[in-house]
Amino acid sequence: MQEVKVIEIKKSIFNANEIDADNLRKELKEKKVFLLNLMSSPGAGKTTTLIKLINNLKKDLKIAVMEADIDSDVDAIKIFEGTGVKAIQLHTGGMCHLDAEMTKQGLDNLELDVDLVILENVGNLVCPAEFDTGACKNMMILSVPEGDDKPLKYPLMFQVCDIVAINKIDCMEMFDFDLDRVKGYIKQRNERAEIYPICAKDGRGIDELANKIRREIKEWRK
Amino acid sequence: MHELGIVFSIIKQVDGIAKKNNASSVKEVTLEIGEVSGIVPKYLTDCWKWAVDNRSEYMKGCELKIIPIKAKSFCESCEQSYDTVTYGKICPYCKSEKTYLLVGKDATIKNIGVTGI
Ligand SMILES: Nc1nc2c(ncn2[C@@H]2O[C@H](COP(=O)(O)OP(=O)(O)O)[C@@H](O)[C@H]2O)c(=O)[nH]1
Ligand SMILES: [Mg+2]
Ligand SMILES: [Zn+2]
Ligand SMILES: [Zn+2]
Repeated sequence: MQEVKVIEIKKSIFNANEIDADNLRKELKEKKVFLLNLMSSPGAGKTTTLIKLINNLKKDLKIAVMEADIDSDVDAIKIFEGTGVKAIQLHTGGMCHLDAEMTKQGLDNLELDVDLVILENVGNLVCPAEFDTGACKNMMILSVPEGDDKPLKYPLMFQVCDIVAINKIDCMEMFDFDLDRVKGYIKQRNERAEIYPICAKDGRGIDELANKIRREIKEWRK
Repeated sequence: MHELGIVFSIIKQVDGIAKKNNASSVKEVTLEIGEVSGIVPKYLTDCWKWAVDNRSEYMKGCELKIIPIKAKSFCESCEQSYDTVTYGKICPYCKSEKTYLLVGKDATIKNIGVTGI
């Protein structure tokens, strides 16, 4: 029987991810690449919004997309067919969130000669908010059918997002969705959040959202 | 699965420590898991065996020990502490909402048992 020796560690499990995330952000800053982490529930409209956004942004920016939602490449194919930009599928093995390490591995498979990388995170409002991916900014999409009380139920998600898009505003009446109420709830959780009502289906609000992202990229490259 | 990613991250850290210490293997890992850390110990245990046998260099057959840490909150109004999971954000003594979490959010690798050093 070999002797077992105990080594005291006392290290936080979550800290390791925060260190990885900060290192990744440093690397992105040096390379002047802007990484946007996009989160939402399944079906809120991440892929549809991305296609509209990219077709607007690709006029003046070089873009790539990393798909993490979920382990099939349907979304990556949709993005490529809908926009012509490079989209890779991350194989997350059915995981419910991405961490900085997985994000970094994905980025290493892309040539980083781009201005903007958008990460479509796993559709889930809970744990993707708890794990810093190393992205420069976080954006989330809340869709009208989910209800205007979601900022109360998933406060952390709204706290970590700088940009909140309210999608499917063509369905507001059907779902008794109150735009002012949801704005109030979001601001209660996060004073900093900028809120953009959009309809990814017909393109309403996409210009404003695209311009916000342009401003963020400009700021990042300073 | 939430816990699998966490197990991978633990493996990465522990493998790194084992390597740095020139250990030949890691026989056990002890974690302290806060009650409101978002980690469910049972799920950790479920994927642990598979993960250490398939995804680590030093940890084949490594045993996992978990010490649960109770969550406690502190009330600024009456300066008492109470059980977070039972009472949440509102102080059970004076009903104040000016409370904050003292412990229970974090999860740490407490120690590891290695051979060969
Ligand atoms: N009515 C309406 N439907 C939308 C809108 N945006 C997306 N959808 C639909 O919502 C469904 C899910 O969209 P998808 O982009 O795949 O969501 P994801 O899972 O978040 O990527 C699809 O059937 C879309 O056509 C919108 O603005 N209005
Ligand atoms: Mg999608
Ligand atoms: Zn998760
Ligand atoms: Zn009190």
